Amino acid sequence: MSRVHFDRELQALQDRLLALGSKVAQNIVTAGNLLLQRNNATARQVIREDEHVNQEQMAIEKDSLILLATQQPLASDLRLVASVISIATELERINDYAKGIAKINLMIADEELLEPARDLPLMADKAASMLTRSLQAFVRRDVEAAYALHDEDDEVDALYNRVYEKLISLIREDVQMMDQATHLLWAAHNLERTADRVSNICERIIFTVTGKLVEMPEEEDEIPYPQD
Amino acid sequence: MIHIRDQERVSSVTAAGQAIALEAQNLQIFYGPFQAVKNVNLAFQRNRITALIGPSGCGKSTVLRCFNRMNDLIPTARVEGAVLYRGKNIYDEDVDPVEVRRQIGMVFQKPNPFPKSIYENVAWGARINGYKGNMDELVESSLRQAALWGEVKDKLDQSGLSLSGGQQQRLCIARTIAIRPEIILMDEPASALDPIATLRIEELIQTLKADYTIVIVTHNMQQAARASDFTAFFSVDENRTGYLVEYGPTRNLFTNPENELTEQYITGRFG
Repeated sequence: MSRVHFDRELQALQDRLLALGSKVAQNIVTAGNLLLQRNNATARQVIREDEHVNQEQMAIEKDSLILLATQQPLASDLRLVASVISIATELERINDYAKGIAKINLMIADEELLEPARDLPLMADKAASMLTRSLQAFVRRDVEAAYALHDEDDEVDALYNRVYEKLISLIREDVQMMDQATHLLWAAHNLERTADRVSNICERIIFTVTGKLVEMPEEEDEIPYPQD
Repeated sequence: MIHIRDQERVSSVTAAGQAIALEAQNLQIFYGPFQAVKNVNLAFQRNRITALIGPSGCGKSTVLRCFNRMNDLIPTARVEGAVLYRGKNIYDEDVDPVEVRRQIGMVFQKPNPFPKSIYENVAWGARINGYKGNMDELVESSLRQAALWGEVKDKLDQSGLSLSGGQQQRLCIARTIAIRPEIILMDEPASALDPIATLRIEELIQTLKADYTIVIVTHNMQQAARASDFTAFFSVDENRTGYLVEYGPTRNLFTNPENELTEQYITGRFG
């Protein structure tokens, strides 16, 4: 026996989550490329659009709660709805990172860009790709893909560490670079956190399929310490 | 004849150290030549609520009635295997079924108070079982335990039939409690009641488990999820014989069942 109306509502909820994820992934790519493009208009647009993302996250959460109250889903259906709520929250936070990078672009304004900024589009593309693929894995209920995506977080961490080392070196050379370097470090941090949140989404995929809440293992000492 | 009450309480214990109040071992139930239920192995933890769920015809009420030998009243019914209570198989020849039913009481789907006063509904069973203590105190404590005292204390001489459906059911629970059972079996106790009365019964069951072991048959999955500690899911095979599919903590069965059939049933995609 199928539950046509309920299944339709579940599918609609997932579709909205995917649409939101697609939007957020695009915003991350846009934000990560802003600094090299120096496009203030686009930066302002990313900042404005964050409100739409917030509204959609709240709408998804509200509709999920309605589904819980009216349909009383159980077992895998219950885990699915719980995961939708959780993933929508992750997407909202990731978009906050995109907004933060857009703001940094405006703050740096017309300053000559420091060299490490060139790594940021690469980080953004990587993090956005991971996000898109995590949502596809969620739709497929693909636990293997979830674990594999988590491993890719190491690549983003490596890129972050490279940006960090370069920026710290620049600050040591010339303290006048402190302001921009700090802003760029924060932008890189936002992209590194984006990949971390993708790991959280992967944990939710595993929970949806298996019912097990797992904490993905993290490398120790992700933030590099100054080398003597 | 050996009286169950004379048996020392021999509690078997689960691997987790929980005491078992009642246990079905390789239970088979027949109506004439037809096997209604097969191969049931189930242990009910003391002072916990276990729900039996499953589609119509899976034998959950039939299984429930085995636990206090109510099936003896059905001429064609036959039971094989064992139901262990206090270390004794209640189907042994030397066991008094009346005594079994005193210690393992039952509440039925349709409230069935006696056509007597509220007071007598509670007192009568205790009296014929030889209760010699203060009957007024027994009636009050039973009605209090059944969360009914406040509503009836000023009209104990009125007929039990004058009460609402939900009150009548609580009166039946008080009547059962008055003869001091150890285990209470409930066969869809709230299915004839309105939602408010249903929730009151569920609240009452939660309170009662401190003193009793409760087994409840329900066709309402949300009720099983709300009101029980453990759930046993029954289904039927191709011969329409009922069998136990899965048994475990309610919180696990309703969030992450192990058996695909259980998943299908509780998500409403069964059949």
